[in-house]
Amino acid sequence: MEIALQQLVNGLTVGAFYALIALGYTMVYGIIRLINFAHGDIYAVGAFFGLSTYGLLALLHVDNTILTTLLALIVSMGCTGLLGMLLFRVAYRPLLHARLSILISAIGASLTLEYGLLLIYSPSFLVYPHLFGRNGPSFGGISISWLQVLIFVSSIVLMAGLYTMVHRTKTGMAMRALAINQDAARLMGINVNRVIGLTFFMGSALASFAGVLTGLYYSQISFLMGFLIGLKAFTAAVLGGIGNIPGAVLGGFLLGIMESLAAGYYSSRWKDVVAFGILIVILVVRPRGLLGERVVERM
Amino acid sequence: MKTRSVALARPAQTGSRPLYLAGLTAAAVVAAIALPAFGDAYLIDVGTLVLVYVMLGLGLNIVVGFAGLLDLGYAAFFAIGAYTTAYFMVNTHMSFWLTLPIAACFTGVSGVIIGAPTLRMRSDYLAIVTLGFGEIVRIAATNFTFTGGPEGIYGIPHAALGALVIRTPRALYFLGMAFALVVLVGGYNLSTSRLGRAWLAIREDESAAQATGINTVYFKLLAYVLGAVFAGAAGSFFAVKLTAINPSSFTFIQSVTILMAIILGGRGSLPGVILGAAVIVVLPEVLRAFDQVRMLAFGIGLIAMMLLRPQGLWPSRYGRIEAREVAESEAEAAAGVAAGAAVVDSAAPGASS
Repeated sequence: MEIALQQLVNGLTVGAFYALIALGYTMVYGIIRLINFAHGDIYAVGAFFGLSTYGLLALLHVDNTILTTLLALIVSMGCTGLLGMLLFRVAYRPLLHARLSILISAIGASLTLEYGLLLIYSPSFLVYPHLFGRNGPSFGGISISWLQVLIFVSSIVLMAGLYTMVHRTKTGMAMRALAINQDAARLMGINVNRVIGLTFFMGSALASFAGVLTGLYYSQISFLMGFLIGLKAFTAAVLGGIGNIPGAVLGGFLLGIMESLAAGYYSSRWKDVVAFGILIVILVVRPRGLLGERVVERM
Repeated sequence: MKTRSVALARPAQTGSRPLYLAGLTAAAVVAAIALPAFGDAYLIDVGTLVLVYVMLGLGLNIVVGFAGLLDLGYAAFFAIGAYTTAYFMVNTHMSFWLTLPIAACFTGVSGVIIGAPTLRMRSDYLAIVTLGFGEIVRIAATNFTFTGGPEGIYGIPHAALGALVIRTPRALYFLGMAFALVVLVGGYNLSTSRLGRAWLAIREDESAAQATGINTVYFKLLAYVLGAVFAGAAGSFFAVKLTAINPSSFTFIQSVTILMAIILGGRGSLPGVILGAAVIVVLPEVLRAFDQVRMLAFGIGLIAMMLLRPQGLWPSRYGRIEAREVAESEAEAAAGVAAGAAVVDSAAPGASS
């Protein structure tokens, strides 16, 4: 039982990362029906931008943990968000009506980001500043670190903020309109390209938030870190129902918990197979996911 | 709106084939024949590797080029073929030729298992599922003991033809050439058959294809399984060529490299795929010093190709005809609109006065 609870805590932490990244997949898919293969790498770029910010602040002798972390998060989210918009402008916007071409372009974007990071930073692992210890509240034999609490709480706050934005503001309404019918939305006077660009900005910013926190949590990052987690976050989005925001969050946490339990009880070498197995089973049994609507092939 | 069906009914244009393509074909044939006679062991080895990618490229071309399905885990079938041949040759001392049908069976069956449930859905999902499948196969090969774990299987015997053991680079080149030719002829016959036309119809407009009575799921599955079997054969050859295989040959990057050969050459175009395979093997050999930049160049290359020349370096004839037909019909429509506007214009003054 103790193992189960401990794995549940770990699962919720990893699940928060999956959920934050899955939101980007689901928002972009909901609006332009594109599986943004480069999204996992956007998350990696976010982690590296965060590391650069920490390095810069250390040079300037700013060493207040809360201040540096806050600045690293904000700078990384802003820069990564802009990079996401740039990616849309360059690699996706001209190809919006060519389905196969845009997917191939997305794979190209993914490779470009990965090996761009390799060339600019390093082909090996880079060490993140070790700012948060392993101590924290403990319940019985289960140990929780304050960092885990921070990751969980801040992710929930961001997700709630995103949900409110999409459902309560005018921009959010424009996004939902676009998801239903792009041409009709354009006729209503919505600046389609601006709204899609904004969606890319928000999705990328959320991914970079997860990236910086991942760096702090695992204390090392590498240029390929986004590949596997991107695939898993996509799995989470499909599990919850792609195009559905609460679904992505639910899918992320569920996947994180299932994977941690598999690692705790069976073997961590097979945990990736568990994730992909779930993806294939979901697509076969219930392709619309847990909360999604029916998937219809778009004409 | 769309006049593509008209384009398909017309006889294919043959007179417009540019002269430089004929020259390139002749040069390629001469080079392929001259290589084993005049090249040294290194050059012949590079040539054999080109042939491996020609097999893989032509196989994936059935899936991506003909049927328009994006497969991102193609290396998985390559791996299944290679591991099947390696396992049976090492553990049961089976002849290479007997392992070929077994490899074909295994890859075909795994193609059905992955394809049958997913081909009913949007093709984007297929891309992700195949990616996941590719990773599962690679992780499984790394973790199982019968596949030799991370070290893989080594000491694979050479293939033999009667008393003749195919061991030298030159002999392997000829074996590879035989495989590649079989795959090429197979690919050509498929593309000109009823099956090929059905794939083309599905690729261009799935709903229209379904409306004309094509069982789209069945034909897509057939494309996927045939592509898988071709990759299995390439894998079998790969195993006896290297005599040692391990999971690092079957990564996602491998799948992307094969895809790159097709995109570069031209989706659906057989000479294009051969050209693409030659480029992706020879270019890294020439640019050895820039190894780290290779994948970055691949990434930028994929985006640039999609933006600037999505049809590839040597596009398929059908692609060109369609592009021209669409342009013509659009021009006609534009002319029609302009004519209509002129009528309205000339009518307008009369109406206002």
